[in-house]
Amino acid sequence: MKMDISWRFLRVWQRNLAVYRKNWLINFLLPFFSPLFYLVAFGISFSVFIVNIRYDANQVSYISFIAPAIIAINIMNNSFFENTYGSFVRMYYQKTFDAMMSTPLNAEEIITGEIIWGATKSLISSVIMLLVISFFGVVSYPAALLIIPVAFLGGIAFGAVGMCFTSMVKIIDLFSFPVFLFITPMFLFSGTFFPLTGLPVWAQQVALFLPLTHLVNVLRALNYGLFNADVLIGICYLVVFSLITIPIALFKMKRRLIK
Amino acid sequence: MKIDISWRFVRVWQRNLAVYRTSWKINFLPPFLEPLFYLIAFGVGFSGLIGNIRYGTTQVSYVSFIAPALVAINIMNNSFFESTYGSFVRMYYQKTFEAMMATPLNAEEIITGEIVWGATKAVIGTVIMLVVISFFGLVSYPVALLIIPVSFLGGIAFGAVGMCFTALVKTIDLFNLPVFLFVTPMFLFGGTFFPLAGLPVWAQQVALILPLTHLVNVVRALNYGLFNSDVVIGIVYLAVFSLLTMPFALSRMQRRLIK
Amino acid sequence: MDNDQTLIKATNLKKSFGDFVAVREISFTVEKGVCFGFLGPNGAGKTSTIKMIYGASPVTAGDLFVFGLDIKTQARAIKSRIGVCQQENTLDPDLNVLQNFEIFASYFNIDKKTAQDRTMELLHFFALEQRRNSKVAELSGGMVRRLIIARALINQPELLILDEPTIGLDPQSRHQVWDKLEALKEQGLTILLTTHYMDEAASLCDELVIMDNGTILAQGSPQALISKYTGHHIIEVTEPGPELIKYIQGKDVWQENLGHRLIIYAAEEHDLYRDLCSRFANKDCLLRSASLEDVFLILTGRELRE
Repeated sequence: MKMDISWRFLRVWQRNLAVYRKNWLINFLLPFFSPLFYLVAFGISFSVFIVNIRYDANQVSYISFIAPAIIAINIMNNSFFENTYGSFVRMYYQKTFDAMMSTPLNAEEIITGEIIWGATKSLISSVIMLLVISFFGVVSYPAALLIIPVAFLGGIAFGAVGMCFTSMVKIIDLFSFPVFLFITPMFLFSGTFFPLTGLPVWAQQVALFLPLTHLVNVLRALNYGLFNADVLIGICYLVVFSLITIPIALFKMKRRLIK
Repeated sequence: MKIDISWRFVRVWQRNLAVYRTSWKINFLPPFLEPLFYLIAFGVGFSGLIGNIRYGTTQVSYVSFIAPALVAINIMNNSFFESTYGSFVRMYYQKTFEAMMATPLNAEEIITGEIVWGATKAVIGTVIMLVVISFFGLVSYPVALLIIPVSFLGGIAFGAVGMCFTALVKTIDLFNLPVFLFVTPMFLFGGTFFPLAGLPVWAQQVALILPLTHLVNVVRALNYGLFNSDVVIGIVYLAVFSLLTMPFALSRMQRRLIK
Repeated sequence: MDNDQTLIKATNLKKSFGDFVAVREISFTVEKGVCFGFLGPNGAGKTSTIKMIYGASPVTAGDLFVFGLDIKTQARAIKSRIGVCQQENTLDPDLNVLQNFEIFASYFNIDKKTAQDRTMELLHFFALEQRRNSKVAELSGGMVRRLIIARALINQPELLILDEPTIGLDPQSRHQVWDKLEALKEQGLTILLTTHYMDEAASLCDELVIMDNGTILAQGSPQALISKYTGHHIIEVTEPGPELIKYIQGKDVWQENLGHRLIIYAAEEHDLYRDLCSRFANKDCLLRSASLEDVFLILTGRELRE
């Protein structure tokens, strides 16, 4: 199937930005309390019950351990949910894509615009979260500034895989499957709230196939001011993951939109 | 405003049951796996990091501490989300309530049927979770069987308060407010993942005003085979909470549905 | 290529979805400046045909040229010169009216100032200026429809395509929409529409095709179709008595016996009406003008469809 993507995808991005700016209080600021609450709950209260965590060869505080993980989770949630529920509602209920396709925009540009928009949401919220956790004194600058471009890359990865699901679900309820069988396990088992070493070996190996594990690894290392093998491997993984999921998403969504 | 509820509310309940049964694989299976994953994650993953927890005067394992909390959270989620998002979609998008009100059913019966349905989902989820955590050897029978009627009461409480919000929100996005400012804080700070003692005193006192804290207290105590003051206070709290929220939900929804 | 008055040319156009053939090798041309209609029952293939014309659905077989450009290879160029008004409400519920127009204009790469000017002109033309800051949810069905049509004109298209433009609207709103479409036609806009409302087709269309089951049953102006298929006047007799029926059958006139009703076509060709009234004093004997509905029923049959 021939793909023809011009700069016009930006128009789709601009449309989403316009809507976002109207509703930013309810749809952005409010959900932002969630990672904040998690940070306080787990970083402060919960950490009372936890001995220090081993990270590489060091002992680190629990709050410094989970803060980058919470940013990574936030990146995943922002782009994944935007490109699943968000895009599906636009496509199926609001018929927004139908309207767009009667203009010079084509299907590939719509999907590209949507994925980049999801990544943009991840980026914006990561910048804010980074600022917030800086107040807790758990961020090592300047290496941690690299978290920002990585946030965009992570947003692309999770947005694209989300869009793959959007191309397949017949009704909106079916998103339960990827949410509860993909997102939730990653949320819990990707070295987020406790180190991977807490899992049996086979589970650790499964975790290394999953995108959130790598995003967490990269962010955690950068947050500690390290640019090590974890970072390189993680970034490579996310790039490859995106290079695989983006074409699938474009192809399948184009097929769904144009019958 | 006059409230007139007959047995007919059962028809509304039956309608929801019929829909549930046709789509049970989607609506039931994935959400059921979520508390299971949490149990495994916190039970297995954290067991290396957290020692035993002080409960009352004894030391208990962390996994036995959180298992009943997960049951309580499940009760809250099931009934709250059903009477918020679930009912709102039926009311506003599918116009189901409009169709019902052209029959002998009145508004109060519809709302009662909806709330009782949410509580039913909570009971079903609870029964299954109890069976599952029994396999982990974490349940003290026969006292723990009392969790089942308590789950119905908890379902009514959270269903009713959810319905209050449904009566007030103009658009579905506005549910973000109670979700992020009411449900999420309770989820994290209700003595769920760590004892209330881990919070500063003022926060502990705030927590004791909130419904989930009490539901967790009751379910946890019963799960340990105890029928103590926590249980009595908690049940009384939930009953009073329901007696306050139900009439408010009924009258505001009645006003919303009949213009 | 035909003369440069031809805006759309379809030759043996086919559309199938797997095994199901929605449009069976139809051919038609649409000239500049006319209002061209696709009339037919649900499932006739009207929407499938229209979607091929505006590039939302790929052509299975045959040729389709719009503005002399091939839809298969130059869809983007075609889309920048047309305006489309879909059957569903495709307005953005998250934006207000003004923003809906601005965002839509950006898809055509129209600069903001031009977009704003044109938006105000269009809102004025459709009598909706007061609504420019309204949320979409606050608008009535008729307003929504007028707005979607208005929005479709933001790029000053040469061709306006409307899929069931007045479906679900009350009579006032329908007439308002028709008035606006007439005015646009007078300005020289070519209009293509699909409808299953006979009165709409009769009142708006200069030329129409009647479709059923993916094929074109008839083509022509409303008057030409009526002339050919039913005659201009019809006599309708409700509950005809057996004598009346026998009398009519004895005459060499074009008739249809439906049990409860007897229909006699092309009544202008004979004096049967006065004859029937004087002979049978039947108060349920009606002489009326033929309509597209009669043409339609003759062509597509009277049985209930699935």
